[in-house]
Amino acid sequence: MAATPDTADPVKSTGLLGWIDQRFPLTKLWREQVSEYYAPKNFNFWYYFGSIALLVLVNQIVTGIFLTMNYKPSAAEAFSSVEYIMRDVDWGWLIRYMHSTGASAFFIVVYLHMFRALIYGSHRRPRELLWIFGCVIFVLLMAEAFMGYVLPWGNMSFWGAQVITSLFGSLPVIGGPLLEWIRGDFVIADATLNRFFALHVVALPFALVFLVAAHLMALHEVGSNNPDGIEIKKTKGADGHPLDGIPFHPYYTVKDIMGVAGFLLVFCGVIFFAPTFGGVFLEPANFEPANPLQTPPHIAPVWYFTPYYAMLRAVPSFAGTQIWGVLVMGAAIVVLFFLPWLDRSPVKSIRYRGPIFKVALAIFVVAFLVLGICGMKPPSGIYPMLAKWCTALYFAFFLLMPWYSRLDSTKPVPERVTGHA
Amino acid sequence: MSDQVDHSRRRLLTAATVGTGAIGAVFAAVPFLASWQPSARAKALGAPVEVDASKLEPGQMLKVAWRGQPVFVVRRSKEVIAQLGNHDALLADPASDDSEQPDYIKAKGAARAINPEYWVGLAVCTHLGCSPLGAFEANNQFQVAGTDLGSGWPGGFYCPCHGSKYDISGRVFKSMPAPKNLAIPSYTFSGDARITIGVDAAPQKT
Repeated sequence: MAATPDTADPVKSTGLLGWIDQRFPLTKLWREQVSEYYAPKNFNFWYYFGSIALLVLVNQIVTGIFLTMNYKPSAAEAFSSVEYIMRDVDWGWLIRYMHSTGASAFFIVVYLHMFRALIYGSHRRPRELLWIFGCVIFVLLMAEAFMGYVLPWGNMSFWGAQVITSLFGSLPVIGGPLLEWIRGDFVIADATLNRFFALHVVALPFALVFLVAAHLMALHEVGSNNPDGIEIKKTKGADGHPLDGIPFHPYYTVKDIMGVAGFLLVFCGVIFFAPTFGGVFLEPANFEPANPLQTPPHIAPVWYFTPYYAMLRAVPSFAGTQIWGVLVMGAAIVVLFFLPWLDRSPVKSIRYRGPIFKVALAIFVVAFLVLGICGMKPPSGIYPMLAKWCTALYFAFFLLMPWYSRLDSTKPVPERVTGHA
Repeated sequence: MSDQVDHSRRRLLTAATVGTGAIGAVFAAVPFLASWQPSARAKALGAPVEVDASKLEPGQMLKVAWRGQPVFVVRRSKEVIAQLGNHDALLADPASDDSEQPDYIKAKGAARAINPEYWVGLAVCTHLGCSPLGAFEANNQFQVAGTDLGSGWPGGFYCPCHGSKYDISGRVFKSMPAPKNLAIPSYTFSGDARITIGVDAAPQKT
């Protein structure tokens, strides 16, 4: 960056901005991160989801702050305080539905954002750390969503917390004491709810915002990938800027506003017309208060966890412990971190990859979706068998990648980005 | 002056400072981590619970809360008790060797009860802590959450969360997500059908 003529010039600003710029690098930051951040000019539809994810994060923080003003984090009062928000607080229903729908929207957007990285090779060198920051955000987001789901203290909140905290109890030797430590009681209780509240509204949002900042700084350091999977920094013009790059502002800020408008149409549609989304975004069992004596007859996590939940369920216990299912589920997340090194293809983008990767990717997507369905269905009939096969396919996609990505044929990669000439 | 800096001395002093600081940080973390342990109040709640099971008909069960956990009390018919040993080959731990129970329960074999007519056990699946459902009629088309337990079903418990199946003594079947039989708490009879959960009968304690 420093080599480019524009930023090498000292910032020349006057008036109030000048006063600030002499004391804080405001104009410098704005230029480096926004108005002179050169992004490839061939971004397509898939590149909306990063900025939409940021919008949803802001939505969650703002609506969350307002929800805490009426919510009571205690086992005795939590459920009724949520009902109070829904019925008696002016516009409380809207704020809560924005928050609950926002949680599901977050995962839809993040899954699509990750899929974009997968098809265009955005995780490949030099963007490995950018990808790893993203994976950590994904893990924290799952923790954040899980703890948030416990807070209304409905019956599914309670039993979901029971099942997920029990995962830690399956560890050998330390499992039992660890479980008590996490719960703060011998069962899921008031102490558990109260600490989940603290983590959900203070600790994890802090960590998420920090990581999102790191994610963006890493992105702006290495530069964005693009649908052709080539480095635009290799071909620079006389002004030192990439020939295939355009300033993020105003070009992509305007484009992203278009994406945000499309997103908000769908988002508001769900908030106003289908806030429970037929029991998928808010589950029916959670409309009754927590009952420690009665597991709901059909217990399933919210949709965004179901692929991993199906894996947990697909693995039987043996050798006197059920830890294997927990390990498989954990490994399904951990393997994502290694993706940049598992992919050995000489090209990044799916546009120049051969048939093997395309077929493998298609199988992976189908397996992931089928796992998601299996996790919502009761563990009987065809579903346990389907879940076992799809778990195997999920891991095969990653673990066989070093071989099939190298064997695969490739097409010649262009020097400059294609389309939109 | 800078060419006379003793770098090895600098490194040692820096390492010693970092090390001391790190040890201090570990000690400072202890109160915060320990604050997550069950509090004194949580530990104090755990009194025994008395249950009157006299109104149960054979094939019925009660669920009571003890230490915040659900406990089953199931009354079993003579026929059911007579069948208990017949499906040991299908079970993961028929003799309850790897499972949690007082020794005087383990000594009772397949019945896993002081009085075989009243089975008492924790209604907490040993997989991930859901509460199983009772499905006591053998060979029935038991439907829960769309699950058919099939014609070979000897009667027992079914966990709706992850599909673990237990027989009517809480013994888990083979190849289930749950690794162990349902745990059995200490309990004692203070009458024909009055059960106190959470205490051993004094002379039987081993």
